[in-house]
Amino acid sequence: MIATNAVSALESAFHRRNYDPSLAVWLVTGVAVVALFALRGQYDWVTKLPEELVIPLEAWLNAFMDLFVASFKWLFRAISGLLEWPMNGLQALLHWLPWPATIAGSVVVAHLAGGWRLAVFTLCTLMYMVIVGYWDESMNTLALVGMAVPLSVAVGLFAGILDFSYRPAKSVIQPTLDLMQTVPAFAYLIPVLLLFGFGPVVGLVAATLYACPPMVRNVSLGLQRVPVDIVESAKMSGCTDRQLLWWVRLPAAMPTIMIGVNQTIMCALSMVIIAAIIGGFGDIGWEVLSTMRRAQFGQSLLAGLVIVLIAMNFDRISRGLTSRQRVSQARTGTLWQRHAHLWVALVAIMVAVALAQVLPELHDYPKAWIFYPAAVVNDAVTWFTANYFFATSAIKSWTLFYFLLPIRIGLENSVTPHFWGFALNLWISLGYAAAVAGLALWVDRATSWRGAVAVLITGGLFYFGTTGTPWAVFILVVTVTAFRVGGWRVGVFALGGLCFMLFTGIWERAMLSVYLCGTAVLIAFLAGGLLGIWAARNDRVSAFLRPINDTLQTIPLYVFLIPIIMVFLVGEFSALLAVIAYAIVPAIRYTEHGIRHVPAETVEAARAMGCTPRQLLWQVQLPLALPEIMLGLNQTIMLGLAMLVIAALVGTLGLGQMIYIALTAADFGKGAVAGLGIALIAMITDRILQSWSARKKVELGLA
Amino acid sequence: MTGTDQAAGQVKLFCRNLWKVYGPEPHQFFSGERGARQRGDRAELIRRIRAADHIAAACDVSFDVHEGEIFVIMGLSGSGKSTVIRCLSRLVEPTAGQVVFDGQDLLKASSKELIDLRRHKMGMVFQNFGLLPHLTVLDNVAFPLKVQGVAREERVKRAMEIIDLVGLEGREASFPRELSGGQQQRVGIARSLAVEPEIWLLDEPFSALDPLIRRQMQDEFLRLQRLLHKTIVFITHDFLEALRLADRIAIMKDGEIVQLGTPAQVVMEPADDYVTEFTHDVPRAKVLMVRNVLEPAADGLDTSDAVAETMNLEEVLPHVAGRIDPLPVTDANGRLVGQVTPHAVLNALAGKQRRKG
Repeated sequence: MIATNAVSALESAFHRRNYDPSLAVWLVTGVAVVALFALRGQYDWVTKLPEELVIPLEAWLNAFMDLFVASFKWLFRAISGLLEWPMNGLQALLHWLPWPATIAGSVVVAHLAGGWRLAVFTLCTLMYMVIVGYWDESMNTLALVGMAVPLSVAVGLFAGILDFSYRPAKSVIQPTLDLMQTVPAFAYLIPVLLLFGFGPVVGLVAATLYACPPMVRNVSLGLQRVPVDIVESAKMSGCTDRQLLWWVRLPAAMPTIMIGVNQTIMCALSMVIIAAIIGGFGDIGWEVLSTMRRAQFGQSLLAGLVIVLIAMNFDRISRGLTSRQRVSQARTGTLWQRHAHLWVALVAIMVAVALAQVLPELHDYPKAWIFYPAAVVNDAVTWFTANYFFATSAIKSWTLFYFLLPIRIGLENSVTPHFWGFALNLWISLGYAAAVAGLALWVDRATSWRGAVAVLITGGLFYFGTTGTPWAVFILVVTVTAFRVGGWRVGVFALGGLCFMLFTGIWERAMLSVYLCGTAVLIAFLAGGLLGIWAARNDRVSAFLRPINDTLQTIPLYVFLIPIIMVFLVGEFSALLAVIAYAIVPAIRYTEHGIRHVPAETVEAARAMGCTPRQLLWQVQLPLALPEIMLGLNQTIMLGLAMLVIAALVGTLGLGQMIYIALTAADFGKGAVAGLGIALIAMITDRILQSWSARKKVELGLA
Repeated sequence: MTGTDQAAGQVKLFCRNLWKVYGPEPHQFFSGERGARQRGDRAELIRRIRAADHIAAACDVSFDVHEGEIFVIMGLSGSGKSTVIRCLSRLVEPTAGQVVFDGQDLLKASSKELIDLRRHKMGMVFQNFGLLPHLTVLDNVAFPLKVQGVAREERVKRAMEIIDLVGLEGREASFPRELSGGQQQRVGIARSLAVEPEIWLLDEPFSALDPLIRRQMQDEFLRLQRLLHKTIVFITHDFLEALRLADRIAIMKDGEIVQLGTPAQVVMEPADDYVTEFTHDVPRAKVLMVRNVLEPAADGLDTSDAVAETMNLEEVLPHVAGRIDPLPVTDANGRLVGQVTPHAVLNALAGKQRRKG
């Protein structure tokens, strides 16, 4: 079937256009794909790699890790002991400080960072934590983040400077960063757990490591982007290399570096929360996780809200502080005027501490005053599920049977009389093939043969399913795509990555992950794209969406799961929704940004030629915004994969589940292989989409 | 091709056969034959460099800069002028050739010597100002002194003097982003002067400014030069700016100097069609001076109502209007130096070229 489709599409392409050499590559690929499908009946190896060819990489890695732990355990335990001291100290300090003192200090800092509005926000949110009785848990979390961030910033600064100034280091640091940013958060925890043992230090170390990459990247990027005029003028002032770095390059790169600090804080918080999965120590992440596991949704929602509020405070305050511009008046004025905030904070904290000696309520918020409306939430959830179960379950099963299942096992296996009302026979298959071919022809007419090839691939995938497609076909098509889009380097990388998944025996799980993530990303990308287009054409929609996007992006991953499982319970569908909710933001943002940043002259020229708004959108703005939109798709996939692993908590199959199992069993080999699998999926997609976008930008004259 | 008018000052800085080639192996073209290379094979060498997919940014550039002179290098973008000025200060390492400053071969200077030279003898101004965004105007101007390790009090004092000199008093506590472009470049100028350099390098200092501001800054620049008498290399892509400021001009094209001479020489005797192209829009009456159309005084010349040799043609026009016989020309001391005929003035204004005999 595919053969007829391909041939008809290609014929039309040949007839109408000059011969395009890359078309030949796809023609050969198409023939090979058809051959492989024909062979799958006769030879098993086409669909399933023989067991004896699977490399026992997991066992090897475990053996290596055992040896490593045995020889270096003392070192890591010593580091662990060393880190425990300041951390316990910080924790003790935060617990000793009366809550009004901490709140007063935070509010003053918030005022400095963002004026009265932020100060009021901080006051209200911190009071919420006090009133619902999560103060101590919040302070434990704060202590961890407070320790992890300075460590991350210091390591990141050092590595970033090294990356910038020492070429051989770059070739090690850059791939390491790629890997660190694509390996899922859970996978970090396993080696840290083995080396550092249980306890809060594991969370600290994991958070420090996890939060480093954005700092390194921003330091290196900031240093690279210091304008050449500034560097030359400093050289002409007679700077030595060291003066140039510390007095000129680093200060001039500070705005970019500060963006890195903000991202580091958010990453550290996210990881501290996730680290609760290996056992809590009375922090807020543990509170959410343990209540969620007991299906106490009211409780986990209240605790989850604390996490969201902490994240929003961290984000806004750190962004406010780091983007403050120094103004010339700073030098004038007395000591008091210059450091007013500092004095106010000091006085407020001291007054609060003094008062707390007299009034014990100010030291420990009395249990009797706690307002904890978990029961109300639980009742509401019960009422909702009791009354609307038919609706939620209908949505769930409809999506499952008509959308998810076909993508997973293909129309070939999922179309049964039970759900679809008819069985898949030859005629229906032929009808489907004809429909796909027709669509491909239409796309070929409307755009180019490349679009037609994409339609054919998608149609084939939907028919055979991600798990039904033979590995050889999948590897072939992805590798050819990578090669055509990004050149032989990307092609070889894709081939190598896919072969890794094949020969380490995680192929089927990887395909399950590809399927779930792919589906979620597809929906998120379409929905987000539409919202992005709407926001680009309507300022009010844009203003409405912006704070929502900001909030969605600051929320640590698994808080997303709470409201979803409240309504839809655990299962693949909930995972799908969680991935969509988390991954939709870049689709919205990049689409809006891409459309809004189409050169104004081009838009004006199109208007002047008499384009209707619809023509303007479809024929001018979208084509020109496409490279940017594709970067959004890329980000959507990255976030989707990150969330996919966390979504294993609510029961998904695939690599996420594998990592989760490995984590509970402290199985380093399994976790590392699965983590690498996810990272490779992410990196292969990233390379392909990035090169496509870069090439397209050059073609459109935008770069 | 060398201008002869300004032979007065000592040669402060010169470069000889300067080459800058970009590419994977730029030195292959100069190995073995460095220094021994003859002048005539420049074109052949350029051809070889380009054939090997290397970029020749500066080709066989030679010139002298005299003490107290404003030497302008003029060229369009990509002509290699910025490369040349960066070779003079070794912000860019030349591939071949010689740069000698006060008798010292700069290309042989160690990095320590180079830092020392930059700290004490060179000042440079940049097209996009190159100010440090995190420092105030005062700290920016004092930065070269800080780098040298001058004590805070001393460097503040000296920086304030220079800030006054460039007319920025009152703005010393501002940050660069709070200033207009013209003011920012004043800071850049002040900073480059903070160490009292002997050679002052200006790389398109006014190109990023609006035309009106540019004009003001040119006047300001000339005022400063009358006070300071620096030795100056000035880069511009603006031919009129070059004429206005220069004692001598080098015009560059595709990495080569196509003509080197005084403004009047360039306008009146353009070396080729490329230079001629620039001279079309020149307000000749303002650029050309009486001394540029001077002829030896004829015997029995009436020496009454003489004109000064430094008058430009616009000013002398009323004097020659309606006359046929030549006017006497005197120098600054009132001595007779020659005569000017109405015919010569009109020829010069009409752009008829006087071929050098």
